[in-house]
Amino acid sequence: MVHDLRFLLILVTIWVVLGLAGLLGLHSIRLERLLFLLGALVAFSVAVLAGMFLAAGGTAQVLVLPLGLPDLPFHIRLDALSAFFLLLVGVAGAGISTFAAGYFRSGEGTAPALLGLQYHVFLASMAVVILADDAYLFMVAWETMALSSYFLVTSQHRIPDIRRAGFLYLIMAHVGAICILLSFGVLQGGSWQFTFDAMRGASLTPFWATTAFLLALLGFGAKAGLVPLHVWLPEAHPAAPSPVSAMMSGLMLKTAIYGMLRISFDLLHVRLWWWGALLLALGLFSALYGAIFAAVQTDMKRLLAYSSIENIGVIFTGIGLAILFETSGLRLFAALAFTAALVHALNHALFKSLLFLATGSVLHATKQRSLGKLGGLIRHMPWVATLALVGTLSIAGLPPLNGFVSEWLLLQSFLFTPQLPHAFLNMLIPLGAAALALTVALAAYVMVKFYGVIFLGQPREASLANARDANWLERLGLGWLALGCIVIGVLPQLALRSAAAVTGTLLGESVRPSATVWWIAPIASGQASYSGLILLLGIVGVVGVAFVLVRFLAHGRVRRTATWDCGYPWQTSRMQDTAEGFGQPIRHMFGGFFRMERDLPSPTDRAPRYRIHIEDRLWRGIYLPIARGVQRLADAIGVVQSGRLSIYLLYSFLTLIALLIFVLL
Amino acid sequence: MSGITFIRQLAEVVLAIAIAPLFSGWIAQCRAWLQNRSAPPLLQPYRMLDKLFHKDAALAMDASALFRATPYVLFGAMALAAAIIPSLVTDLPLARVADAIALIGLFATARVFQSLAAMDIGTAFGTMGARREMMVGFLAEPALLMVLFNAFLVFGSTALPDLVDGYAAHRAAVDPSVIFAAVAFLMVLLAENARLPIDNPATHLELTMIHEAMLLEYSARHLALVEWASSLKLFNYACIGFALFLPWGIATHGQDGGLPLFLAFAALIGKLALAGAALAFVESLSAKLRIFRAPEYLAMAFLIAVLGLLVHLLLRA
Repeated sequence: MVHDLRFLLILVTIWVVLGLAGLLGLHSIRLERLLFLLGALVAFSVAVLAGMFLAAGGTAQVLVLPLGLPDLPFHIRLDALSAFFLLLVGVAGAGISTFAAGYFRSGEGTAPALLGLQYHVFLASMAVVILADDAYLFMVAWETMALSSYFLVTSQHRIPDIRRAGFLYLIMAHVGAICILLSFGVLQGGSWQFTFDAMRGASLTPFWATTAFLLALLGFGAKAGLVPLHVWLPEAHPAAPSPVSAMMSGLMLKTAIYGMLRISFDLLHVRLWWWGALLLALGLFSALYGAIFAAVQTDMKRLLAYSSIENIGVIFTGIGLAILFETSGLRLFAALAFTAALVHALNHALFKSLLFLATGSVLHATKQRSLGKLGGLIRHMPWVATLALVGTLSIAGLPPLNGFVSEWLLLQSFLFTPQLPHAFLNMLIPLGAAALALTVALAAYVMVKFYGVIFLGQPREASLANARDANWLERLGLGWLALGCIVIGVLPQLALRSAAAVTGTLLGESVRPSATVWWIAPIASGQASYSGLILLLGIVGVVGVAFVLVRFLAHGRVRRTATWDCGYPWQTSRMQDTAEGFGQPIRHMFGGFFRMERDLPSPTDRAPRYRIHIEDRLWRGIYLPIARGVQRLADAIGVVQSGRLSIYLLYSFLTLIALLIFVLL
Repeated sequence: MSGITFIRQLAEVVLAIAIAPLFSGWIAQCRAWLQNRSAPPLLQPYRMLDKLFHKDAALAMDASALFRATPYVLFGAMALAAAIIPSLVTDLPLARVADAIALIGLFATARVFQSLAAMDIGTAFGTMGARREMMVGFLAEPALLMVLFNAFLVFGSTALPDLVDGYAAHRAAVDPSVIFAAVAFLMVLLAENARLPIDNPATHLELTMIHEAMLLEYSARHLALVEWASSLKLFNYACIGFALFLPWGIATHGQDGGLPLFLAFAALIGKLALAGAALAFVESLSAKLRIFRAPEYLAMAFLIAVLGLLVHLLLRA
């Protein structure tokens, strides 16, 4: 049946139409609200279609569209891998669009109709990237995605910092796009056919395969935010309006993961084991780097951006392990690591979108982004606080929620690494598992900081008492994403089954989606098993029994009093730990990672001020030297520019002579 | 599941909940003897709990629902963990719910809830305790994972019942790497359960406390539940240690009769008595570390565990 693909195309077209329809009323918020809701409905349909396709087994469907340049028609293809990522885009997109319907109001810097157009084009281009079956359409959609998201990032374009952040993003996106383009150039292998089908058929030598892989790694790594190509992420994500940050972090980074998987597992037939080791090392380093930097941030959206780098690192770790296992012939374990990477991508799309959207609600309610000026919002914004708690616990990798499932799967696949035939590597990889455990536990630290400083404690500013809870559309969007986190957490079978279709087609082997209805045991029923459902029911059950017993045997009397605090009577909100305070142990332990500037007040200061500025070492280590080099090169070339017409004519004349000599010889 | 396994499962949980405070009381008693003090009675923790349950709960003015729910969540998580860990028998219906890695996750859930609750009122001590607790947590987790990695390499599973059964099958061939793992596990146990040298369970000296700082605002039944949950946590850690390193006496698959069960119970009590005395001894010998020495202590635990892993890999090669 090619019906699924046709339906999907229609849905993608509807997104574009919805975007254009907004132009009927340039400043009409009401119209946009309706269009965003319709967009959410479309996203939901995409998710349902993709899910049904995966459930049916995922036999590939192809279609050639009568669009594009003459002799270069667009090819599209729906297979298990693209269906999984469409499912991801659909599920998270539905929540984000619903939230966006309630979030956007006038005064965001750009007219609502334009925001709506850019937003829906962004969504549609991501879907097309995933569906594309030739390099030409892929690059067109990829660039559309980069440009539409650039305009969304700079929607507050009157603020210079935001323009700068957008420009940095645009540069990184294009450097990456060039690498991807070159990678496709290598992949066609001399046939000069740029359809993915031709690339699948091309036979590359290990050298050219490695070149293609490394170029793809550079290109997609820059988009995904792999260290050291991550610098645009903590600048661009906070600059964008929150639903856009959610889309970029939750969905757009995943298209880079998709591209990486597509090239390394589908288009390339040659895979070398050290690619896996490289990805593993880069992934673990990114994960640790992201987690450490997230811990010292004081801006809530920057914190989440660094946490995205961490999660992307975790996903790349899974891909690296999958390549290592696959090249050693251990297909079942490769499928396990691959599944972990896929499920983590899905999970990250859910909980990171949820948290970015929650920061949007907080931002609207308080006008504050700095953690130093928030606090105690659980009392004024109970809805947002409760739903954000679900996201916080998920991203911290805690059972019985979804973040734990993928981390558990990844740790399980680490356990099988001693079976790899590389003796030296086998001694090192357990340290990788330890690094992963450290990262996951650090993520929990970061999220306790995030949630505790924003929602718990005393309000750090008097104005926070006026904070109002999110409106019903925002709650609905947040609630949908939170529901997703819970459902995948307690019924991981659903995610495993979808991923099984992907690993089945790409690796020819899949993990067992479930041992029984109750729990999962991905390798064998005697091996490690896990059940989120029973954990949840167990905790709820014990809590219920304990509650009833305490009430029945003792009593439920409560006396509200002043805070005890060891009898210290004079409490202010300034005495709580701050975001900086939470970062202090991390700065102490991982000092080598940062460049830190601090102004410590002296004891005699009349108006003491404490200021700390933390900078990425890579910024000075890599990027500024490159920028200086380019500048120097440009200056050197500038020597030939004298500004006098006669000199320029002389250049033309000399060039002509040189060409003539070249032709005559 | 058949009725008898269900009853055994229930019995195990109830037993764990019932004797966990006794274990804490026993350690306190041993510590007192070692320090030449007159010891509190063995049942002192129960009297404490009874007193707390009957007091009125004094709750800070702006405590949120999270603060009130957390004691129950902690207690629930620890009781559930007790149901999963094979302390008496390995053939438990719930044992398949979580392997050792998932158990660590369950403990982490409890820790995060406790830290969040400590930040809820917004006192200096509470937030400081939360921060330190989370710090010790993320330092301890890699070491603990290495211990489990080692167990997996030796016995091919991370599910605790399999480990116990594995020991029963080839008891003679104990791997030398297990000794390293056991030392590392003991160090992590001390850190994770707020005991010396990382934290002092008996301290009320404000600036050095970690665990106590998080409980400052709790009173009456809430405090009782939190205290009970912490003694259950210690009990659970001890039982994980027994399953990993001293599994003798636990009734394995197929040993269904009353005698194995009784023997298992006797063995558990004996092991707890010895472990309690040993813990008190270790604690009496060590002084509390400065908080910034905690990373060194836990890095040491990590390195010992890695050493065990390397020993295993080298001996196998």
